[in-house]
Amino acid sequence: MADVTAISPAELAGPSGRRPRRAISRRNVFIYGTLLLVSVYYLLPLYLMIVTSLKGLPEIRMGNVFAPPVEITFEPWVKAWAQACTGLNCDGLSRGFWNSVRITVPSVILSILIASINGYALANWRFRGANVFFTILIFGAFIPYQVMLYPIVIMLRELGLYGGLWGLVIVHTIFGMPILTLLFRNYFTSLPEELFKAARVDGAGFWAIYLKIMLPMSLPIFVVAIIIQVTGIWNDFLFGIVYTRPEYYPMTVQLNNIVNSVQGVKEYNVNMAATLLTGLVPLIVYFVSGKLFVRGIAAGAVKG
Amino acid sequence: MPSVVIRDVSLNFGVVEVLKSLNLEVGKGEFLVLLGPSGCGKSTLLNCIAGLLDVSAGQIFINGRNVTWDEPKDRGIGMVFQSYALYPQMTVEGNLSFGLKNAGVPKDEIAKRVARAAEILQIEPLLKRKPSALSGGQRQRVAIGRALVRDVDVFLFDEPLSNLDAKLRSELRVEIKRLHQKLGNTMIYVTHDQIEAMTLADRIAVMRGGIIQQLNTPQAIYSRPKNRFVAGFIGSPSMNFIEGQLAQHDGTWVFEAADLRVPLATYPFQETNLSPRAATLGVRPEHVGLNTGEGWPFEVETSVEVVEPMGSDTLVWTKVAGHDFSVRMATERAPSAGQRATVGFDPLRASLFDAETGERL
Repeated sequence: MADVTAISPAELAGPSGRRPRRAISRRNVFIYGTLLLVSVYYLLPLYLMIVTSLKGLPEIRMGNVFAPPVEITFEPWVKAWAQACTGLNCDGLSRGFWNSVRITVPSVILSILIASINGYALANWRFRGANVFFTILIFGAFIPYQVMLYPIVIMLRELGLYGGLWGLVIVHTIFGMPILTLLFRNYFTSLPEELFKAARVDGAGFWAIYLKIMLPMSLPIFVVAIIIQVTGIWNDFLFGIVYTRPEYYPMTVQLNNIVNSVQGVKEYNVNMAATLLTGLVPLIVYFVSGKLFVRGIAAGAVKG
Repeated sequence: MPSVVIRDVSLNFGVVEVLKSLNLEVGKGEFLVLLGPSGCGKSTLLNCIAGLLDVSAGQIFINGRNVTWDEPKDRGIGMVFQSYALYPQMTVEGNLSFGLKNAGVPKDEIAKRVARAAEILQIEPLLKRKPSALSGGQRQRVAIGRALVRDVDVFLFDEPLSNLDAKLRSELRVEIKRLHQKLGNTMIYVTHDQIEAMTLADRIAVMRGGIIQQLNTPQAIYSRPKNRFVAGFIGSPSMNFIEGQLAQHDGTWVFEAADLRVPLATYPFQETNLSPRAATLGVRPEHVGLNTGEGWPFEVETSVEVVEPMGSDTLVWTKVAGHDFSVRMATERAPSAGQRATVGFDPLRASLFDAETGERL
């Protein structure tokens, strides 16, 4: 114990140990108040959509948009999924959903596979002209899509891919390349270079280093890439409507056709349900991979 | 036959010349240390030998074979890195056997070699662990093991101990020396730590600016540095330098600085054709006597400015001819600051450099 004879008893009786903090301070009220306000602002539209989608049409006509449904009905959801009409078809959003799945899955896999190899080659095997190649690739990210819209139509037509699913998959893969390659290149550059050198001394070649050394260390960046691509491609509207025929329209295009149809009564509840259904996939991706993302970072944390 | 031969090797990154027409021969079983300040090209040279960097000009031979254009795996080398560079997702065993699997070595042979390396390095209990569950010293041991299993003639070490704390560093230093004595492989070792260089090396190559300044045994480099850079770089605490003139006085050579005159009768001149010129005299702190009472060929009275006790001995700072001048001496005999003292040394153990070229005279 320290010698305390030199300090007056009054001082000794003063503060000791952890400094107390009040739960309701001006600072806390301000912070939590702001957070609450902003949350309400963002969540209100979602609340409105969910509530409306669970109401019947007569109830909606009464007004009271903020009131919870008196009688909960799932009929609008069923209708949006299986019966809503777009053009000539009346089989709901389900067709668009499966189209979107068939577009998104191959596009995501293909673009991430190619971009990760690109990034790995650019980061570790500095081949002749690598910088020029990289510059051109990044430059591609700054060209507005609209400029390339029509030339791509012609290219796909000449290749015989215009209007089909695979044409759209190729377009998504190409347009994902600049940002994904940049992402992977930067990640692989951040991995210790000596690891790559050690693997070369150990006799591993281009593919062996990629598959056995780099891939197992890159889970976090793959999750990030998957989030970017799944949400980006799922939410795409422009490419979907330009490069596919109506029977291959992705979900977003179909949603637009349902919501914007001018004939008959405006079925607000069905529209709300359809919109929520379309947004469900990116939402689930965020929830599921958010957790994976954190775990991925923790697993990849190897400090020398 | 020499184990590694470097012939006229140059390396440029764009307009920057990192290695300048460098020549080096390393004997079989020799422990060669490449020593120099950061940016001197020592690691670059090691990477060129390993084949991780392509040379711009020149040739590299390992065991008499021209490997200038060979892949790293085909050169018969094993390499140990500063950051250990262990594959984080593999166990220690996986790390050791990765290279052998790539080379298509049969399974039972892999097991045998891994077991032998683990035994030599005493890492047997760690074989099933991941690198993240190892301490720094254990990781570096595994990294050495990875070079060991490859059964190669030449080991390359790239500052292997720089990431370790001081105690572990000295432990592993002894272990590397033991390993060298046991295996008898050729080892090329890059470091900026002169203690490592002095203790480990059969020969040291002191590098600066992509050029080997001096290549000799540690003792020769310590006692007869070839130029002023080597003299200042080797030795801790570093050498005292006094700027002055080389002059002739009554038929003998003397070194003059301010009001001092150091007789050089005992100095082993390298040059036979001497002429008066500006020169620098270098004396190591451990070769200077303070208040010893014995008659040194050169003595001067001065005052003690600062005393730095270092445990085993004490460094005493004085001023000679206007230059800071340190004396290394036994702690119990050290004076205290402010006292007057007589310092003296024998030019036999000093070094004299041309002030212009920096070369030893």
